[in-house]
Amino acid sequence: MYTGPKQLAAHAKQDGNRSERGDFLIMRKARLALSDGQSFAGQTPEWVDGEFGGEVVFNTGMTGYVESLTDPSYANQILVFTYPLIGNYGVQPEDTESDKIQVSGVVVNEAALAASHSGSQATLLEWLKSQDIPILIGADTRALTKYLRSRGTMPGVITTRIRRPAMPNLAPARVTIGQPTTYNKERRKKIVLVDCGTKENIVRSLKQLPVQIIRVPLDYDYTNDDYDGVVLSNGPGDPTDYPETIAITKKALRAGKPMFGICLGTQMMALAAGAKTYKLPYGHRGHNQPCIETGTKRCYITSQNHGYAIDEKSLPKGWEVSFRNLNDQSVEGIRHRTKPFFSVQFHPEAAPGPTDTQWLFETFKELL
Amino acid sequence: MKKMVVKKAVILGSGGLRIGQAGEFDYSGSQAIKALKEEGIETILINPNIATVQTDRDMADRVYFQPLNSQTVTRILERERPDIVLLGFGGQTALNLGLELHDKGVFKRLGIRLPGTPIESIKATEDRELFKATVSQVGTKTARSQPVYSVEEASAAAKDIGYPIMVRAGYSLGGLGSGRIDNDQDLRQKAGEAFRAVPQLLIEEFLVGWKEIEYEVVRDGAGNTITVCNMENLDPMGVHTGESIVVAPSQTLTNREYHHLREVAIKTINHLGIIGECNIQYALNPANGDYRVIEVNARLSRSSALASKATGYPLAFVATKLMLGQRLSDITNTVTGSTSAFFEPALDYLAVKIPRWDLSKLKSSDHHIGSEMKSVGEVMALGRSFPEALQKAIRMLNTGARGLTSHPYSIKDPLDEVQHATDRRLFAIYEAFKQGSSVAKIHELSNIDNWFLEHLANICRLEADIRKQPLDKELLRQAKQMGFADRVIADLKGLKEESVRRKRLQLGIQPVIKQIDTLAGEFEASTNYLYMTYHGDADDISPLGSKAAVVVGSGPYCIGSSVEFDWCAVNTGKTLRGRGWKTIMVNSNPETVSTDFDHSDRLYFEELTLERLQDIADYEKPHGIVVSVGGQIANNLALPLGKAGYPILGTAPEQIDRAENRQKFSAMLNSLGIDQPVWEEVTTLAKAKAFASKVGYPVIIRPSYVLSGGAMNVVINEKELAMYLSEAANVSPDHPVVISQFITNSKEIEIDGVAHKGRLQIYAISEHIENAGVHSGDATVVFPAQRLYLETVRRAKLITRQIISNLNITGPFNVQFIAKDNDLKVIECNVRASRSFPFVSKVTGHNFIAIATESILGKDAKTEYRTLEYDYVGVKSPQFSYNRLKGADPVAGVEMASTGEVACFGENIQEAFYASWLATEQKVKDHAIFLSLPDEHKHKFVEEAAELVKQGWTVFSTPGTHAYMKAHGVKTSLLHKISEKTEPSIKSAITGQKISLAVNVPSFNNDTKDGYIIRRLAIDSHIPLMTNAETGRLLLRCLADPSLTKREPKAWQDYVKT
Repeated sequence: MYTGPKQLAAHAKQDGNRSERGDFLIMRKARLALSDGQSFAGQTPEWVDGEFGGEVVFNTGMTGYVESLTDPSYANQILVFTYPLIGNYGVQPEDTESDKIQVSGVVVNEAALAASHSGSQATLLEWLKSQDIPILIGADTRALTKYLRSRGTMPGVITTRIRRPAMPNLAPARVTIGQPTTYNKERRKKIVLVDCGTKENIVRSLKQLPVQIIRVPLDYDYTNDDYDGVVLSNGPGDPTDYPETIAITKKALRAGKPMFGICLGTQMMALAAGAKTYKLPYGHRGHNQPCIETGTKRCYITSQNHGYAIDEKSLPKGWEVSFRNLNDQSVEGIRHRTKPFFSVQFHPEAAPGPTDTQWLFETFKELL
Repeated sequence: MKKMVVKKAVILGSGGLRIGQAGEFDYSGSQAIKALKEEGIETILINPNIATVQTDRDMADRVYFQPLNSQTVTRILERERPDIVLLGFGGQTALNLGLELHDKGVFKRLGIRLPGTPIESIKATEDRELFKATVSQVGTKTARSQPVYSVEEASAAAKDIGYPIMVRAGYSLGGLGSGRIDNDQDLRQKAGEAFRAVPQLLIEEFLVGWKEIEYEVVRDGAGNTITVCNMENLDPMGVHTGESIVVAPSQTLTNREYHHLREVAIKTINHLGIIGECNIQYALNPANGDYRVIEVNARLSRSSALASKATGYPLAFVATKLMLGQRLSDITNTVTGSTSAFFEPALDYLAVKIPRWDLSKLKSSDHHIGSEMKSVGEVMALGRSFPEALQKAIRMLNTGARGLTSHPYSIKDPLDEVQHATDRRLFAIYEAFKQGSSVAKIHELSNIDNWFLEHLANICRLEADIRKQPLDKELLRQAKQMGFADRVIADLKGLKEESVRRKRLQLGIQPVIKQIDTLAGEFEASTNYLYMTYHGDADDISPLGSKAAVVVGSGPYCIGSSVEFDWCAVNTGKTLRGRGWKTIMVNSNPETVSTDFDHSDRLYFEELTLERLQDIADYEKPHGIVVSVGGQIANNLALPLGKAGYPILGTAPEQIDRAENRQKFSAMLNSLGIDQPVWEEVTTLAKAKAFASKVGYPVIIRPSYVLSGGAMNVVINEKELAMYLSEAANVSPDHPVVISQFITNSKEIEIDGVAHKGRLQIYAISEHIENAGVHSGDATVVFPAQRLYLETVRRAKLITRQIISNLNITGPFNVQFIAKDNDLKVIECNVRASRSFPFVSKVTGHNFIAIATESILGKDAKTEYRTLEYDYVGVKSPQFSYNRLKGADPVAGVEMASTGEVACFGENIQEAFYASWLATEQKVKDHAIFLSLPDEHKHKFVEEAAELVKQGWTVFSTPGTHAYMKAHGVKTSLLHKISEKTEPSIKSAITGQKISLAVNVPSFNNDTKDGYIIRRLAIDSHIPLMTNAETGRLLLRCLADPSLTKREPKAWQDYVKT
């Protein structure tokens, strides 16, 4: 067993590539072709064969690949990990953020074959294979990251074919629950969790609060139901692709009950309030994003995963910026000056990433 | 928190390098000075470590080369009257001293503030019991433990917690006196020893096999907190973190574990109220994620230096600004120049640190590693896979290993060394794999995580494949990605290194150059901090070309190569840049200032190997390479680089070789009619005996192949010679031995200098206080020389001129002489900067390295500098670390044993010597000395002993010395030898702390076991020990001169005006 992809290829010459568990891994040449014609060479395990498209984005987190790969916000995207060694501690089911791997492809420098952790149930490659998710290994992920940074994220295709692939025409991803589902029914206070692709850890964090949670599909109109507060979840893609959710949110804002938005939820709250959003050149994806709370000047390290942001100048009267990114000064949170509405662009539920802003769930509880 | 108004600041340094406290504090102190100066604050530094960059002219406004003890520092503070004193940049030495001064009320009396972490918080981190109580208030878990104050209490507590247990001492540096204990008997012995140094011990639950993890935490006065990086030890709990192989970031922690520990770190540090930088160490249970906090260091540390270099985050600089009241979000990330210092670096590579041990240089020292620190330095390698970085780091150690699979050790029982860790456990693991052990087996014995072991096993598998398979492009690429050196591949294939290199380049297999930008490429960064990797397709930079010069740095600190060569490299870079050249620094040592990326135009954190320097030079195409300022590693690269056609700046490589090669150098001296000690290279014992009987004993032996013990040795008779050459070393045609005449009762003289095209530009002539026979690195050096005949000086200078002219030297050099009865013999000539360059530069006020660099660049100084007469004296003393090395015989000999040095100034030799001796962490607590002298030295001490007795000192002595002193009218108190088993004995006097200084000079001909025990007892009982007759006598003279303790401490700038 060799841990590096290229090592695998050579070993194949004599006796095939046997992973620790005895299955054969044969690597084939592959590449990531970007929509502007640039491509990055690597290899794929033999079970990856064909062309697999998505929007190519990078994440700078050094841990948390299981959480990221199952984060619904990454739907439709090919995720590039800038940290070179991915898969070191294998895969633990309790680390997943949804019921499946959400990305459409993965790009790494090295994928660990020899995962080591007492709780691990599978190696990264075994897990990806079980869900038919393509992975490109051995790519110069730093060069690729710098390329995306300077030209912006763009569509791309992981391909094992020689021909130039057709670029995917990406329909907006929709990840939501099928039917309204209630958790902690015995509790009195009711909050509505609008599920646009919510991460499990948001649900887990809300379950810690003394509230009943009604998780609803993104087009479900809850405004005539009995509820005490609303949480707008994270989710994939452009917030303007969610007109029905925004329409419902507008009604909810008029109702005036406490509202808490996370990530995509923040952008939808802004749009519902009448502000505008824009696409960031290459997004914020990582666990080291510094944010400052505007009033207190208190700083937090946050976990982020978003490609869009709120246009500060478009914020309507009554709203203000509550958090700002220290790196590029972009808006990381807004709140209403008088009404109980607030939202953050980052992930207070962490998983993956730092837990510095977990207290925001408490803040929400206080408003109920 | 308000920004405070500060006009003047004092920084306490860390003194001489020693085990547990090495060059990392030059890095942190230098950054602190930089940060203070940026704020316009007048900065005063107290640090007797003259070889540091922080004590340079362009750093602090005033420097005190003075002992770091409370008496001296109090006087300096009274004189300087600073607004603040910074305690966090001089290691445990500065912190302990600061606490002492605080408790004595010195700061309060002088109205001095201590910015940063409040003193109460520091105390809470230093006293383990207080620490546990404090952090448990926020639910932080610590190991189960009990403080004890006596051996009996220790025994009871251990029974309560259950063996094995861990013993720890409060207020210690590098874990002194701590260790795993398995039974009551061992506990009693260890506790007895430790209580002599500390009042309190801690008996703790032993967390065998838990992972050891560390976080570097930065917090500002407003409470904003970040963790700059975390690190994971390859060696699990039980091996001191300074003795462990460490990776950054952690590799085997899940996101949940990583962020749980991070959260605990922030919570705990907030609660403690740290302001600035600190680290927090954890034990993590691999089975269930449970943790214990081991300790918090509320200061810059070895780990923070490592973290700083591993991430590019300037921890010490930022910590200083925070202490002055700034917020993290107000400070700019100096790497990107645009983003904020409030962020956590994202790495897109990994760093591997390996400690550097030097145990073979120390007689009788134990090679096992554990909870006490023994290593003297470290290296750090960066790469994009673990095998790549690990094998790089192995080469960086410069211990003869070219990788995991190519090491110089013969390991008899690998599994034993896997289980009971030694300084070469990594190679024992390799040998065990080779002998068929499984990963599971190694894990069972060592508790090392399988992730690491699998990678090691892979390296072994790849080695086997390289042996078996044709070396095609794919295999060669894999080998390079897994960190195999060209030379190792060549050896496996029976090829030459250069042919592997040629083939590799033909196949287009080259490393790429990547930047360390702290943000994994997320933001544009103009960083010049670089490493090389085979995991990549594109370079981040473009070549500098012919306006650039490469400076080869020092590599790891070890015995014989210490902070002085970093000073040389930094000053070379500085001079080059000052003359408009671009500087490319190459170094592998994270404890250095040269690896601060603002000291050069480009910093390659890389191996100092022929292969890697070729890679760098091939890419950068520089004007030339400077190999003469980084010590011996750099010097050894001169010839191979020159032969491979790379431009070496300064003296030609063939000339360097003529000085380095014993035969060639000897022939040259003969041709010039210069005398040298007689020597011969022998291949049989018979020839060795014949030579020795011809020149007479004692003789010095330098084997080319060493089995055990030090490489160099002095033998006094034929029996010893035969024994040494059969037991300790080999002699055979394959392993010739150099044997040379040993000249007794002679003096050693050194000339440090700079030449240009064979002409002298500047020189400094210094003398050793010890007689010849003590390695120049262990000698006490006086400059300007005080006791040399002008005739001797003139002749030494003349000889020097002949040598440098013959070698056509351009740049730095050093010549060593033996002088006896006006007879001068040349021992050696180094065509490079020597360890005393910073010393002579700072005493003369002329920067020898700047002059050397200018000479290398082609400048002829025309006139010679005058350096013979000064109104003051500088004395450089060796700093030993014997108290860290159980069992090592604390006697300086022909093999160097000191780990560092200090130097002080004085109006005469006594004043300078005394200060410099005190500055090696010495203290004579009371008025009782002990003398144990061999016959040949007894007479030297009569006068001094008589004077001390007259002044009311008690002088204890062994029977022989006692009788001699009595016969000469000196009344001493008799102590019985340990072997006599009669009281009062030396043993009870030493262990009972009745003695405040022990002088035990071993005899060449007749050193007894008793002598060794006395010396070891003194060291283990923390009693100052002198083992040399000349320095011993001088010290006694100093003690008899009460005026020495009343001198006003003066700054360097008071002595040396430029």
